[in-house]
Amino acid sequence: MTTRAELPHTESPAGPSRPRGDEPPFVPLRVAVAALLRKELGLELRAPQAVPAMALFSITTLVVFHFALQRGQVDGDLASGVLWVTLLFAAMLGISRLFVADHEEGGLDGFLLAPTDRTAMLVAKAFGLFAFLAAVEVVAVPAFALMLLGPSPSIAAYGQLAVLLLLADAGIALVGTMVGAMAVQTRTRDLIVPLMALPLLIPVVIGAAKGTTPLLATAGPHSVEVRWLFVLGLYDLVFGLLAFALFDYLIED
Amino acid sequence: MLYGTRLRALSIATLVTMTAALALAFFYAPMDADQGFMQKIFYIHVPLGIVALCGFVWGGINGIQHLRTRDPKYDLRSYVAIHLSLVLGAGVLITGSIWARASWGHWWVWDEPTLVSFLIVFLLYATYQPMRFSIEDREKQARYASVFAVTAGAFVPLNFIAVRLAQAYTHPRVFATADGGLPAKMQLPFYLSLLGMALLYVTLWRYEMASKNTSWQLRALRRKLAGDDAVPPVGRTAAPTLPSS
Amino acid sequence: MAAPPAAIELEGLTRRYGERVALQDVTLTVPAGTTLVVFGPNGAGKSTLLRVLATLLRPHSGVVRVLGRALPDDGWAVRGRIGLLTHEPLLYRDLSGRENLRFHARLHGVAFDRVEELLERVGLRLRADDRVHTYSRGMVQRLAVCRAVLHDPDVLLLDEPRANLDPAATDLVEPLIGAASGRTRVVTSHDPAGGLAEADIALGLRGGRTAFVAPVDHVRNAEIGALYR
Repeated sequence: MTTRAELPHTESPAGPSRPRGDEPPFVPLRVAVAALLRKELGLELRAPQAVPAMALFSITTLVVFHFALQRGQVDGDLASGVLWVTLLFAAMLGISRLFVADHEEGGLDGFLLAPTDRTAMLVAKAFGLFAFLAAVEVVAVPAFALMLLGPSPSIAAYGQLAVLLLLADAGIALVGTMVGAMAVQTRTRDLIVPLMALPLLIPVVIGAAKGTTPLLATAGPHSVEVRWLFVLGLYDLVFGLLAFALFDYLIED
Repeated sequence: MLYGTRLRALSIATLVTMTAALALAFFYAPMDADQGFMQKIFYIHVPLGIVALCGFVWGGINGIQHLRTRDPKYDLRSYVAIHLSLVLGAGVLITGSIWARASWGHWWVWDEPTLVSFLIVFLLYATYQPMRFSIEDREKQARYASVFAVTAGAFVPLNFIAVRLAQAYTHPRVFATADGGLPAKMQLPFYLSLLGMALLYVTLWRYEMASKNTSWQLRALRRKLAGDDAVPPVGRTAAPTLPSS
Repeated sequence: MAAPPAAIELEGLTRRYGERVALQDVTLTVPAGTTLVVFGPNGAGKSTLLRVLATLLRPHSGVVRVLGRALPDDGWAVRGRIGLLTHEPLLYRDLSGRENLRFHARLHGVAFDRVEELLERVGLRLRADDRVHTYSRGMVQRLAVCRAVLHDPDVLLLDEPRANLDPAATDLVEPLIGAASGRTRVVTSHDPAGGLAEADIALGLRGGRTAFVAPVDHVRNAEIGALYR
């Protein structure tokens, strides 16, 4: 029997079909995270909604920027700003949709019934959002370079940009998972997400934008100041700890 | 805990302290050569800001307590703390704007990192009440509000650092406040004003806690005496509700 | 030989919803392997009771013990031994039946051959690779039953399990979730005759409060009817 777009095959879990004994059944965190992540990425591959929308939105935003700024090319701090605003707003779309499928199809209850650590949902969702953001950036950054960027950064500069993107995406993923989980329970989901997430993400904007500026400048040293990597790293650490401590309270009933 | 006790004493203390502070600010403290009389708004603006930020952190602490103990009274304390700080925060932004006009000639400047980071914090906390209002399940509303209070409370220092770093090398701070060392004649009115603002906050907080507590207790009593039908249903509200028993 | 411990023990269980009371002071004991049927009109608290027992809701006061463990603190220990079937099937519509069950199997540490076995038993083997949104209501219900018993739970919590099932489908799922399965069951029902037939203990709820709780021989149809008035 052939299957359509079947998820990649993995081994069946090692446990017996009918666990018995006095030992309370418990599934380790990494197994649960893997299961959730497969489901998350599998759903997106099967019925792509978030990533194409975010990618398309980022390209549209670049066009809007062209007309709004009335420029054919940007460089330096202006380029940095355009890139990060574009990515940030695309991220808002992704965050809004993050928990919607689970909320509507009762997936959250299904997970809550499983004998596993609730943190698995945080890890899986954050990784999922991170993956979606990375996928969007694969489209958005080249598009930006083609459409609006004046100078041509070297490979090394792009490499440093990739590091900044990774750090920033981690922060956005953590904050986004928290805000997404909060927003899915409200009736004004699409309004609450940007209102709550954007102020929380301002330190990320500061670190990322300031860090990227020299990379996209026409002249001068094309390297990131370490200070901004520190800001992003600190932010990721603080929000990582906060999310780890608080997330369970958001998904229990 | 009874919040209504000592309200009169607190109110009087607040009034006295604030009046003394303002009097000192107007008559005793030196007039700034460049900025003139408008500079004196500093004596209101900075203490207001400090107290508001402490209020937000106090809201976060109560949020932690609520999550740990699930006692709804902590949620009420957190809610009142945040919503009072938000009101004070609006005052901070307005007085900050006036001060910016006095110092730099513009109604808003990005040069003062404290003011800028305060704006960001204000925008964040402004979503607190709408978020509460849009969650109908009371318990969930309280729980989510506490998570928000803790997150936002932890965010305040992080944000402050980030904004400070963003400005540090381009715009040196123009006005040295508490860390630069205030001239002697400015210290007394400043600290007195700070004390007065703190007293104001505590007094208002206790007033609001007492008022809300009393109305809930009254409601619970009515229910017990006259039955469930005697009290109209609460309807949707952003404010915390306390259980009827 | 000591009697086996009760599967479910409730003492003064209370759960509020805002200012209203969803469950008030519910007290009962369900011995292992027996069936408790819960009667009551809509809004009486039947679903709330099931969700509390499933560890999804915390009790606001009172004692809840499932399989000897106190909830909510020891909920993590019994979660893997409880199976819940509610109005919502808890399935992802864009995944296939097999993928849905495999997802739950991974979350519960259950081997995949159990998935195949259940799909065969409820007659969904041929459609297992079709997405759930193409299933009829009866098929969704059958798949949901598979999900609920996938991990071979000791306690089954069933909210109107036979809804959407035709007689043929009911026959297929009966050995999995019926009295013959040997598990402790809590079943909600609107059908007095059918409900009493499969019950060992009957609980009547009205407005969150217990109208009656007794072994089935002591309960009459009229009492159940009275709940709805």
